[in-house]
Amino acid sequence: MYDAGKVIIGLVIFFCFFTFAFWYNMGKAAPAPKPKLDTPVIKKMVKKQCIEGTHFMRTTHMQLLNHLRDQALRQGNRWYTNKRGEKVWISLQNTCLKCHSNKKEFCDKCHNYVGVDPYCWDCHFDPNRSKL
Amino acid sequence: MGLIVSLGAVLAIVVVAWIGGQVPGLQGLFGIVVPYVAFVTFLFGFMYKVVNWARSPVPFRIPTTGGQEFSLPWIKWSKLDNPSTTAGVVGRMALEILLFRSLFRNTRAEHRSGWLIYGPSKWLWLAALGFHYAFFTIAIRHLRLFTQPIPGLIEAIDKIDGMFQIGAPPIYITDVVFILAVGFLFCRRLFLPKVRYISLPADYFPLFLLLAIGTTGILMRFFFRVDIVNVKALAMGLASFHPVIPEGIGAIFFIHITLVSSLFAYFPFSKLMHMGGVFMSPTRNLANNSRMKMHINPWRTPPKFHTYEEYEEKYRDLMKDAGIPLERE
Amino acid sequence: MKDLTPQEMLRIDLHPPKTPWMDIPVKIKPGVYCYPAKPEKLEVVGMPHPHKWSPLDDDWGLPEDWKEIVLNGMRERLEKYRSFKIFMDICVRCGACADKCHFFLGSGDPKNMPVVRAELIRSVYRGEFTRAGRILGRLAGGRKLTEDVLKEIWYYMFQCTECRRCSLFCPYGIDTAEVTIIGRELINLLGLNINWIQEPVANCYETGNHLGLLPHTFKQNIEFMCMDIEEFVGIKIDPPFNRKGAEILFVTPSGDIFADPGIYTLSGYLMLFEHLGLDYTWSTYACEGGNFGFFTSMEMAQRLNAKIYHEAKRLGVKWILGGECGHMWRVVHQYMATFNGPADFLEEPVSPITGTKFENAKSTKMVHISEFTADLIKHNKLKLDKSRNDHLKVTFHDSCNPSRGMGMFEEPRYIIKNVCNNFYEMPENTIREQTFCCGSGAGLNAGENMEIRLRGGLPRANAVKYVHERFGVNMLACVCAIDRAVLPASMSYWVPEVKVAGVSELVGNALIMEGENERSVDLRGEPIPGRGEEEVSEDV
Repeated sequence: MYDAGKVIIGLVIFFCFFTFAFWYNMGKAAPAPKPKLDTPVIKKMVKKQCIEGTHFMRTTHMQLLNHLRDQALRQGNRWYTNKRGEKVWISLQNTCLKCHSNKKEFCDKCHNYVGVDPYCWDCHFDPNRSKL
Repeated sequence: MGLIVSLGAVLAIVVVAWIGGQVPGLQGLFGIVVPYVAFVTFLFGFMYKVVNWARSPVPFRIPTTGGQEFSLPWIKWSKLDNPSTTAGVVGRMALEILLFRSLFRNTRAEHRSGWLIYGPSKWLWLAALGFHYAFFTIAIRHLRLFTQPIPGLIEAIDKIDGMFQIGAPPIYITDVVFILAVGFLFCRRLFLPKVRYISLPADYFPLFLLLAIGTTGILMRFFFRVDIVNVKALAMGLASFHPVIPEGIGAIFFIHITLVSSLFAYFPFSKLMHMGGVFMSPTRNLANNSRMKMHINPWRTPPKFHTYEEYEEKYRDLMKDAGIPLERE
Repeated sequence: MKDLTPQEMLRIDLHPPKTPWMDIPVKIKPGVYCYPAKPEKLEVVGMPHPHKWSPLDDDWGLPEDWKEIVLNGMRERLEKYRSFKIFMDICVRCGACADKCHFFLGSGDPKNMPVVRAELIRSVYRGEFTRAGRILGRLAGGRKLTEDVLKEIWYYMFQCTECRRCSLFCPYGIDTAEVTIIGRELINLLGLNINWIQEPVANCYETGNHLGLLPHTFKQNIEFMCMDIEEFVGIKIDPPFNRKGAEILFVTPSGDIFADPGIYTLSGYLMLFEHLGLDYTWSTYACEGGNFGFFTSMEMAQRLNAKIYHEAKRLGVKWILGGECGHMWRVVHQYMATFNGPADFLEEPVSPITGTKFENAKSTKMVHISEFTADLIKHNKLKLDKSRNDHLKVTFHDSCNPSRGMGMFEEPRYIIKNVCNNFYEMPENTIREQTFCCGSGAGLNAGENMEIRLRGGLPRANAVKYVHERFGVNMLACVCAIDRAVLPASMSYWVPEVKVAGVSELVGNALIMEGENERSVDLRGEPIPGRGEEEVSEDV
């Protein structure tokens, strides 16, 4: 026979499953967050630039951080020479977070948006948080 | 022939998307229009196909019985391989769909010095299971780019998938399994003479497509980095019907999404419909109860047969002489 | 083919050629193909396009619009069978079925791989029915229906015994038997059946049985066996025919009424019923359990099957007992009630001896003799002397249809273990649900295709040879009339020391009947070793 009921149930499940994203978001736009660059240190900078270019940092900072971690901790070399030829002291706490002292407004915003949970903070701590 | 044509077709998709992704005006086409069209084609094409199947009835109960039937009370009955109840059928189908029960039975037959030898053959089962679970998990994982806020379950799956924390971003277990399994399935098709003999372009094409999707995905994650935040912005635009093309998404992304779109659009017209078909296959999803329950064939017509009356009429004398009782002497 | 020794026959290469199969034209070979149906045998049952033709001719005498007929037939069947539609669409050509077919394993012909057999039709489906196939043709795996394609389909549809072994291993349950059944239906629209199927169909339609036994002959043959029983066992049996008001109608394949060794299975039935004092009847009208219509078309299967209920109703029996037969039980178990039911003029079957309700047959109201006998033995209703079968070392061949279209495995084994002391199983990949076909099922038990029959029988024979060499097995038991008709040929070629018997024959041998003689011979009239009368051999 036809088992129409079962086929329809199956198709409804199929439809709901594959359109999950549409009805879960219900048409609510969720544009990319803008990480905040308004920390006191950055504000004071004359030339507002990170250790590498913005596009590179946006796309590849995790690979760079990973690389720098290995270089500093496994090879004991704490100096990184960037593409501009400047030497940078490798330290998450003292170099990166010096400027980006707003973890919540800077790191977390994008990480949460794309569902990334980096294990940086398994060892490092957020200096701002400790003040609280 | 099939091999080269299929490879050519996938490469053509890559090249078109690669060029298209770099022409500013065409990004909207490859990032928005193509994915929408492909997804709609998949969604409604799939359902159309299933409905089309369902419009043909299942006139007879034809389960392939893989174990002892329900019989006398003291005979051990194989409830899952030969179910005669709905619960049993659900169990059998669950084994089939979740664990590929039938494929697990697979054996390999060989002639060896006058004997036919049968050995277990589980590689196909393992690769098929590995591929399907990996692909499924990868698909679920990708929902982190299509939902905001991201449901906890999806985050958890993503986290488990990357739990070895090798590198940054971490390598996913499913990516490795996916490439290995699809690679195995491809090599099988290429190098096993029997499988090569039966392979059509329609068999190579999806494999190339899947390999290309996996490869571009991995390249994008580890080598040609794209701004994932902007990728999510694009994906969310699609999912929330507010499509946008953010700045600075690399060509590799357009190649990846075009390949995935191709897979979606190709799906309903191809053998990939086994995804729906496995649920609908009458040799697996029916209870073996045809002697216990009356089943109706909707197109049944009463048979024209040689009735007893005609038979007696024809052979009356012979029957009478042989002393066989008659209706009319 | 008779010239080929088993050693020569065994030179089988399972590696297919590099050339794609669509590029290898079909070559119809003697020893493989069966003779075409005689026109008059088609006319009897009103089947289309009866004509004289030969598979070896270029011109098969097809009607002018043959292509339209086949394509319309295909379209009609796509609309009638969800199975066919799905099986045309979802095969992924994974190759799991490739080395499961006995014809492939025995012949090495790569088009006998189940996947290719189905692809023969699937390629036409793609080429003629799907848009991609119509536009892209070969690239989408499609081809047009040409005379050569038709001939190829014809040739390979009659090299499939519909045993479903491939279906068991298919991850989507694609059943090549179902494809073959429909393929054969399409072939039959053009009058291209084989005579070995069509003649039994015509016979069965008219006389009630495949062999064309007329009512008095049917009765006489059974009475001959009663005379044998009287001689060998010392019990006089007077079986009832067409008796109104009996409790049970007994239907068995006509092969059991006609040919060695099936007739000894018949003796077994007769003795069992006599011993029980069963209130039953034979029918000379519904005198065929087998159904060669099933190898022709579903419609034909239904038409031939209709007699059983028709006769049961006329005689006013309560339920139906069925003899040992393979495809008969596929039809009874999976199709009969849907074909010709509901059988609400019958009662739910209850064993009159033990009171057991046959729950699994409560709708179709037809019980398998092995179910019936196993129940009797379980309730100690039979006195059995196993030692009478001590000279036999028995193995059991699961017939394809009761195995994969029903699931009857334990009942016959239980019976054999209770009537024989020496029982040995064949290797596990060759029995139960994984059993191999005898090689000649689905109407392919003709004489002219002996080579492919022996080749198809090889996997079964090979497993028998294994238990023969290992345990000294000398008797292959089965519950199928086609097995009894064809396995002796296969055995005498591959394992000459092994004979074939129905399970009910073994029961008859062991059954202790009231008032019987001291048994010195078995049901075949052959002396039972160690029972004194070894010199008596005035066999019938």
